[in-house]
Amino acid sequence: MKTITRQKPYEEILQQLKFCNRVFVVGCGTCATVLQTGGIEQVSELREKLQGSGLLITGSTVIPTACDEMTAASVSENEAAIQGANGILVMACALGVQRLNFYLDKAVLPALDTLFIGLEEHPGYYMEACAQCGQCILGYTAGICPVTACHKGLLNGPCGGTDKGKCEVDQERDCAFTLIYNRLKEQDRLDLMRHYHPPRNAQVVPRPRVKILEQKEMEQWV
Amino acid sequence: MGMKFKQLLDSGKFVVTAEIAPPKGTDLEQMFHHIELLNDKVDALNVTDHQSSVMRFPSLGGCLAVKERGGEPILQMTCRDRNQIALQADLLLAYTRGIENVLCLTGDAMTVGDHKQARGIFELDSVQLLRAIDFLEEKKDLGGNALNGETAFCKGAIVTPEADPWEPQYNKFEKKVDAGAEFFQTQAIYDLENFTRFMDYARGFPVKILAGIVLLTSARMAKYMTENVPGIFVPQNLIDELSSAPKGGALNKGIEIAGRMIAALKKDSLCDGVHIMAINREEAVPDILEAAGL
Repeated sequence: MKTITRQKPYEEILQQLKFCNRVFVVGCGTCATVLQTGGIEQVSELREKLQGSGLLITGSTVIPTACDEMTAASVSENEAAIQGANGILVMACALGVQRLNFYLDKAVLPALDTLFIGLEEHPGYYMEACAQCGQCILGYTAGICPVTACHKGLLNGPCGGTDKGKCEVDQERDCAFTLIYNRLKEQDRLDLMRHYHPPRNAQVVPRPRVKILEQKEMEQWV
Repeated sequence: MGMKFKQLLDSGKFVVTAEIAPPKGTDLEQMFHHIELLNDKVDALNVTDHQSSVMRFPSLGGCLAVKERGGEPILQMTCRDRNQIALQADLLLAYTRGIENVLCLTGDAMTVGDHKQARGIFELDSVQLLRAIDFLEEKKDLGGNALNGETAFCKGAIVTPEADPWEPQYNKFEKKVDAGAEFFQTQAIYDLENFTRFMDYARGFPVKILAGIVLLTSARMAKYMTENVPGIFVPQNLIDELSSAPKGGALNKGIEIAGRMIAALKKDSLCDGVHIMAINREEAVPDILEAAGL
């Protein structure tokens, strides 16, 4: 599982940095490195480009996993360079950006757009597998999620736009319900195609979503 | 005004409906003209709901115009643009204004239309919308709350006889029947043999089927549709027939073909009626009816 990111247009990065002249650049050694959006090379390339645009780079680092709590250690290690900057540009997903925001008073700015959580179906092919809807129906749909695999997120069967097993919005994509139908057929569970799914609850966990572990749930880990 | 659409369906008459599209903007003259042209010639007028995800004057507004001009409207309702509160509220308004027929659709993808960055809602799907109408009729909303006053709609849906693969689509057809659909409009059909096979299947369900008739206006259009539009198959002989029309005569040939198909469907009682979609050629509907001997 990887968080899929894409670098913002350079103009937008510059626009965000408009108020500052000294920048510290952060990459991430996990998802953004695999995706080549925030690894050592991409950090180095962006540094050079920013320098070319007249910005002073006080330093850079690639944090092993920008979203986890070890990020605090990386912040300490780079304290001088970070303190010397008036903008922290983060080449990680939005979780990494927000993790850094916990530790720093300075402006923390995203260099990437966070697109989706991707499951690597086969090497180099990431698909959005879960929309975290809070009401898993995979048990009725042969383990294929129509909430994410159907363009419209339908529950009760294909729309009229499907053709030859493909989706109308992208001929390269399979129609989720053709996949579900075929799989259920193989498993001799076709009766599930007639199962009526009521409208989804959009408020299973109302936003902003938060989960707080109880003290005793915390204790089993220490 | 004649019989209501539901009574006509139940009467066993071969029902004819036609489709009109509201305009992009507030100049309603052409839509009014189409309504006045067709009101007396068809049993009901079906008003599209931001067809192809193109923002327009609303279906509800078009249906009110049909009603004001003494016609019988069918309100198309897609699930693309409204959440469940908005859909239910529009149904309440529709009923109080005498709009009693609803065609429940999923709706085209937002990305095919003219607001490509807008969010497609799809909070309900067509099956769930059909069921929501049942709830309203039981004086309950989808939140389970009591409603004051009645509603009673004639509920419709669509089906694609030529779907490939057909199994998942036919399965959804059955879910729509389970959800209370009383009538179905089909995607455009051109091959009577294939359609007869579909009807052999569909006759097993207690619903009325209106065959979709899309007017072919040129050989190029026919070829485009069969190659690009999901669930549409135009046999080569029809494409050839359109090609062989004299210069400037393709539209008349298309009218002749549509009329011939309607006549054949009616003669053999293959289905319960037709739904004519003369996209941007609404003026041709009376000619199609004449060619069909109706």
